Amino acid sequence: MASTTPIDTPPASPVARERARPKTGRAGDKIFLGLSRGSGILLLVIMASIAVFLTYRAALAVSKDEGNFLTTFDWNPAGDPPVFGIAVLLFGTIVSSIIAMAIAVPVAVGIALFISHYAPRKLAAPLAYVVDLLAAVPSIVYGIWGALFLVPYLEGLNLWLDQFFGWTYLFEKTEVGVARSLFTVGILLAIMILPIVTSVSREVFLQVPKMNEEAALALGATRWEVIRLSVLPFGRSGVISASMLGLGRALGETMAVATVLSPSFVISGHLLNPGGGTFAQNIAAKFDEADAFGRDALIASGLVLFILTLLVNGAARLIIARRKEYSGANA
Amino acid sequence: MSQAANTGIQKRPTPMAPTRKTSLSSRALPRWAPLAFAAVAIALGVGTGAAAGWHSHTQWGLFSALLFVVISYVTTTVVENQRQAKDRLATSIVWVCFLLAVVPLFSLIWTTVSRGAKILDGYFLTHSMAGVPGIEAGGGVYHALIGTLEQVGLATLISAPIGLLTAVYLVEYGKGALAKAVTFFVDVMTGIPSIVAGLFILSIMLMAQLQPSGLMGSLALSILMMPVVVRSTEEMLKLVPNELREASLALGIPKWRTILKVVIPTAIGGITTGVMLAIARIAGETAPIMLLVFGSQLINTNPFQGAQSSLPFYIWEQYKIGSEPSYDRAWAAALVLIAFVMILNLVARGIARWKAPKTGR
Amino acid sequence: MAKRIDVSGLSAYYGSHLAIEDISMTVEPRSVTAFIGPSGCGKSTFLRTLNRMHEVTPGGRVEGKVLLDDENLYGANVDPVTVRRTVGMVFQRPNPFPTMSIFDNVAAGLKLNGSYKKNELSDIVEKSLRGANLWNEVKDRLNKPGSGLSGGQQQRLCIARAIAVEPEVLLMDEPCSALDPISTLAIEDLIGELKERFTIVIVTHNMQQAARVSDRTAFFNLAAVGKPGKLVEIDETERIFSNPSVQATEDYISGRFG
Repeated sequence: MASTTPIDTPPASPVARERARPKTGRAGDKIFLGLSRGSGILLLVIMASIAVFLTYRAALAVSKDEGNFLTTFDWNPAGDPPVFGIAVLLFGTIVSSIIAMAIAVPVAVGIALFISHYAPRKLAAPLAYVVDLLAAVPSIVYGIWGALFLVPYLEGLNLWLDQFFGWTYLFEKTEVGVARSLFTVGILLAIMILPIVTSVSREVFLQVPKMNEEAALALGATRWEVIRLSVLPFGRSGVISASMLGLGRALGETMAVATVLSPSFVISGHLLNPGGGTFAQNIAAKFDEADAFGRDALIASGLVLFILTLLVNGAARLIIARRKEYSGANA
Repeated sequence: MSQAANTGIQKRPTPMAPTRKTSLSSRALPRWAPLAFAAVAIALGVGTGAAAGWHSHTQWGLFSALLFVVISYVTTTVVENQRQAKDRLATSIVWVCFLLAVVPLFSLIWTTVSRGAKILDGYFLTHSMAGVPGIEAGGGVYHALIGTLEQVGLATLISAPIGLLTAVYLVEYGKGALAKAVTFFVDVMTGIPSIVAGLFILSIMLMAQLQPSGLMGSLALSILMMPVVVRSTEEMLKLVPNELREASLALGIPKWRTILKVVIPTAIGGITTGVMLAIARIAGETAPIMLLVFGSQLINTNPFQGAQSSLPFYIWEQYKIGSEPSYDRAWAAALVLIAFVMILNLVARGIARWKAPKTGR
Repeated sequence: MAKRIDVSGLSAYYGSHLAIEDISMTVEPRSVTAFIGPSGCGKSTFLRTLNRMHEVTPGGRVEGKVLLDDENLYGANVDPVTVRRTVGMVFQRPNPFPTMSIFDNVAAGLKLNGSYKKNELSDIVEKSLRGANLWNEVKDRLNKPGSGLSGGQQQRLCIARAIAVEPEVLLMDEPCSALDPISTLAIEDLIGELKERFTIVIVTHNMQQAARVSDRTAFFNLAAVGKPGKLVEIDETERIFSNPSVQATEDYISGRFG
């Protein structure tokens, strides 16, 4: 905006009042610009210091770790010698997030299509509203619901899966015990990220230009074919970035996992067996008993989680940014 | 050239042509068909479930849903044609997806309300847990309410001005590499897990030898809140028409006064909404409180010194105790928390709707 | 393969608003019929009732009959999907599928309607593109996205896409209004060629265009803003432009209003 120029040039008339105004204006502008730019810079500084501080404390811990930080199946920083590693946590975090994505993304796309293209018009707006409200339910509430309601409820499903799909190895239940498994965690995470994936996808589906849909209709396409020909191709990158935003949430979720999972330091492909762990859950569970060094060790695992979510969210944002350019060029 | 094309096209036998030439109409299922399919599917699903003795009603539901999809696909293929069948298949799947999602979400709300209402009363809201053993009934949530209000209030005081100013910078001044970097990292910051924000403040506490207090929790909450405020304020400022800014600048009013007196007042409704939604989001955060505020059974009204509790942390604490009375308290506190968050949401959206026409959206 | 259209007593609504009232007319096969009239007189709405696209708009509904060679488009068991496949449509703004290549755009309708062998498909695509006078311009870049073409080329691509499924009727809703004069000329020439094979109905704002391309012209008008549009008269284009039987038509054509 070049609109500041009339203020910067001194007015021709030498009347004192007029001269005074631009002066305060200039000073005020400088102060205000300084404040707002400073806030922006402060945000960058915070981001940078998160990375620096976590890395520093993590380095303190990892340098004294007698086990291999990446491959050790144990978390015992208080031991002598201290031995801890993130292998189990990385596995549990990724597996539970994958289960969550596998369930949530298709269902969320379905709900988004339902709201944007299938629901009766009068129902669509309130439904979208309800989905947005559900995104606001705090994660600890999902957590206690998951632990006190979902876990006992899923036992029947687990038995059934074990009975009919046990041969897939993944759904074989080899240990007895309640359903405090990575699979249950995955289902709960799926429910939790459903609203965000749905609302971002819905926005994209609603942006599909009317004329693209009419092109398909006029060729004699059914409603599904209209969606396949014009809605899904247009919305694909939007759905991808929505899913990655959801993935970012699932990776970092703490309370819902901490309440549901019964932690153990094993890696097992049997998803229905209780046990396993995630980064965030492990921090929540081990924090109370940790001494100063133990806290540094937890910070080290937090750093890995931070990097993981950073990569996922950055990728999602890049996809969205690229999409904006693409649609901008077309408009 | 077109002559050749004409004859070419006319000679080509079209696979669909014979049926199409004779008639536009085709055999079609009646409009009530999906309802009938649903009824049959549910009947069969319940029948099979009861006969096979499946424990979980989820299985009954899933099986019915599957039956519904299969029945409608097969019937439509037989009566109409494959294309219609695919269309109906897609419709069925979309409906099933929707129902699948509604059921757990409804169950969550229902469980919380029905179990939370049991002990939620005036006493619960006005008493702390002082002197109440965790495994026994009694006590309340007053100290946690105080904690939540103070921590969230402090976090808002810190992050609302910074977020607002950053958004002003991005919309009114932002050009070049710095603005681009800020935009990108604000987006990335939105995705920081709350526990990582907690660990960051924890690492500062470890180095500066600070003790846990409400303020530490507020700092972590601010990190979570700032990007949300920036994003929503940015959106709102972008909605302010440029003509308004130009009209003000053309009167010789300095830019900073234009922003303060024209731009922000025009968008204030939307900005308020955004801040309230951000408050609603952080009010439910547990992890940073667990790391930084430590929790307490007593009333501590000073957020700058000593451990405090907060609503979400209280729920976690009561859940961990694992006795029937503590579960009751957890559900009641969950109901209070949900009510708090939902009321904030509803009021925020109400403000947005009420202010919307005036901002010229 | 071209069919005659007989409309009788047709009214179209948007919700409770009556957009066009009681229209009856006959559209001859293998000819070009132009619809002219002031903005808002319902000519585009009427066009969209001829392939049941009107009901796609929220609240859109239709009363009356549209016979396509004696078969009512609004009959009880008629599937709108079949209707739209039989009555093709070209829109005001060119709307190729943005993510598809030129080839896939033309083949899109065919792929919906049945399975074709690869070489069969490419034959039809080539013929359709030739039929739309576009083949020579795009034959070297059939795999490039359709959105990379110029506006006029995109519109001809849309025409190729519409004629690839061999409709009986081709509806055109102001197909040149978003195009420059040279592209407009190319489309008008194309319309002249296409009427050998199809029944063509074209809505246009440009009276010279109606005079140049059409055999018959229908004039629509509305009594006042908010009142429903009505058909004033339909006749040989030559007569409409030289000696119309209704005074309002003459006023409109000579530029005294509208």
